Amino acid sequence: MSEITVPLGTADPLAVPKTAAPGHAREVFVARDARRVSAVTKWRKRLSWPLGIYTTPVAILILWEILADVHVLGPTVAPAPSVIVRAAVDLWNQGVLGPDLGVSLRRAALGFALGVSVGVVTGTFGGLARAGENLFNGIVAVFNTIPILALLPLFIVWFGIGELPKILIVAFGAFVPMYLNLFAAIRGVDQRLVEMARVNNAGPVRLITRVLMPGALPGFLTGLRFSLAYSILGLVAAESINADQGIGFMISQAEDYLQTNTVFVGLVIYSILGLIADQIVRLLSLILLRWRPSYEAK
Amino acid sequence: MSEAVAEQPAQQAGALVTQVVRRFGERVVIDHLDLTVEDEELVVLLGPSGCGKSTLLRVFAGLDRPDGGKVEVPAKRAIVFQADRLLPWQRVLRNVTLGLHGPDAGQRARKVLAEVGLAGRERAWPKELSGGEAQRVSLARALVAEPELVLLDEPFAALDAITRLRMHDLVRGLRSKHHAAMLLVTHDIDEAIALADRIDVMSRGRIGTSRRVELSAENRDAGIAREKLRAALLSDLGLANLH
Repeated sequence: MSEITVPLGTADPLAVPKTAAPGHAREVFVARDARRVSAVTKWRKRLSWPLGIYTTPVAILILWEILADVHVLGPTVAPAPSVIVRAAVDLWNQGVLGPDLGVSLRRAALGFALGVSVGVVTGTFGGLARAGENLFNGIVAVFNTIPILALLPLFIVWFGIGELPKILIVAFGAFVPMYLNLFAAIRGVDQRLVEMARVNNAGPVRLITRVLMPGALPGFLTGLRFSLAYSILGLVAAESINADQGIGFMISQAEDYLQTNTVFVGLVIYSILGLIADQIVRLLSLILLRWRPSYEAK
Repeated sequence: MSEAVAEQPAQQAGALVTQVVRRFGERVVIDHLDLTVEDEELVVLLGPSGCGKSTLLRVFAGLDRPDGGKVEVPAKRAIVFQADRLLPWQRVLRNVTLGLHGPDAGQRARKVLAEVGLAGRERAWPKELSGGEAQRVSLARALVAEPELVLLDEPFAALDAITRLRMHDLVRGLRSKHHAAMLLVTHDIDEAIALADRIDVMSRGRIGTSRRVELSAENRDAGIAREKLRAALLSDLGLANLH
């Protein structure tokens, strides 16, 4: 086939410029496999974020270790991570860490279970019924502004110095965000879907089980995430005063004897609890929210 | 909904509204309107956007109460909205069985899904469906309970022209299987001609003109009778001189 050349500048509407005019940026998309992926690119991709969300914590740990080794950070200010790990192993072998950790976990689990249970029951009632809203919303709004630390002395006066006030503090921390998020999530379910369910004769049970509850699930998981975080905060607060067991007790005792290593062991355990809690919720979201078309960041 | 059945029904099948009024504040959207849909009849309510046809459909559905007049509809009725309104957190099958009870619910839903051409898609999530597929699921959801009245609120307006034609074929096919009265609201004259037994043109809150369509399937697609009807409908809508 012979090529027809049309002189540029003629007003021929059929004339197609052979190359894009300057200033008109163009993009060409082809299938990913069509591009030859070099071995270097493959490795770079594999290595880019091998640690996921642990990237920053691990980077800080490494930097911290280096700074401690070159004595920029003194051992009484911030002992190196390796020293903290060694301290933790020593404490465990002395039989101090194990029981304290057990007591703390028990408090956290009981308090969390209590707080989330109450939060789910009241939040569901509040979300579904106007009566529930009128009963709970006001009091939770008040609770929401009360700092857990300020509540602690009061709980000790009311409930003594045993396990009860500590569990209740953790429960309080877990309850408030669960109620607020679940309530908002149920009320936030698309009204057009509720209307659709109603005209399809879904009935109240179907409406709740197939529309409102699953629709509120993303909000519930947000609530769960905050509940876990706040119950750990509550645990720290509850154990910092008037405890004779638990990680908080271990920390405050170590403070008295200026054992910085032990203080850090306690703080590290709290932070690991926080990370685990967050990962549990993330895993739950992946399983429970499969239906959701959501933004997956590159 | 006890006040809905306040009086004795006037007819045994189909649906009728008499002297229905619907106001939004000062604005009267439906003004003493009368409309009857006979048993197994497909009535198309044609009108420009904002003429109150969707409002009327909501009154038929029982979603809104009239401010005056009387509405009488079968208790077994279903509605297909313009948007598919599928529950994104339920798979296709569970979306269809939403209002269905009994041990054979799944079986019935599967049968209707096959009728709308979605056999094998029962386990899909709504996010995996195309616009046409999603609307077919919502059609299946409406038909699965064997309603006596199906209300369709511009159900195909958001679909592309080719999919819309396929949906028209589907609706015609479904009518021979499901013996329900249908009231379809649209602003698309061609859609009205393609589907209707009767076309009611709405204007100023009332039924302006009512035209019975007695055309064969081929004559609905093309022909002189069709063009005449189209011209008449355009004139009913007050658009005759614009074309």
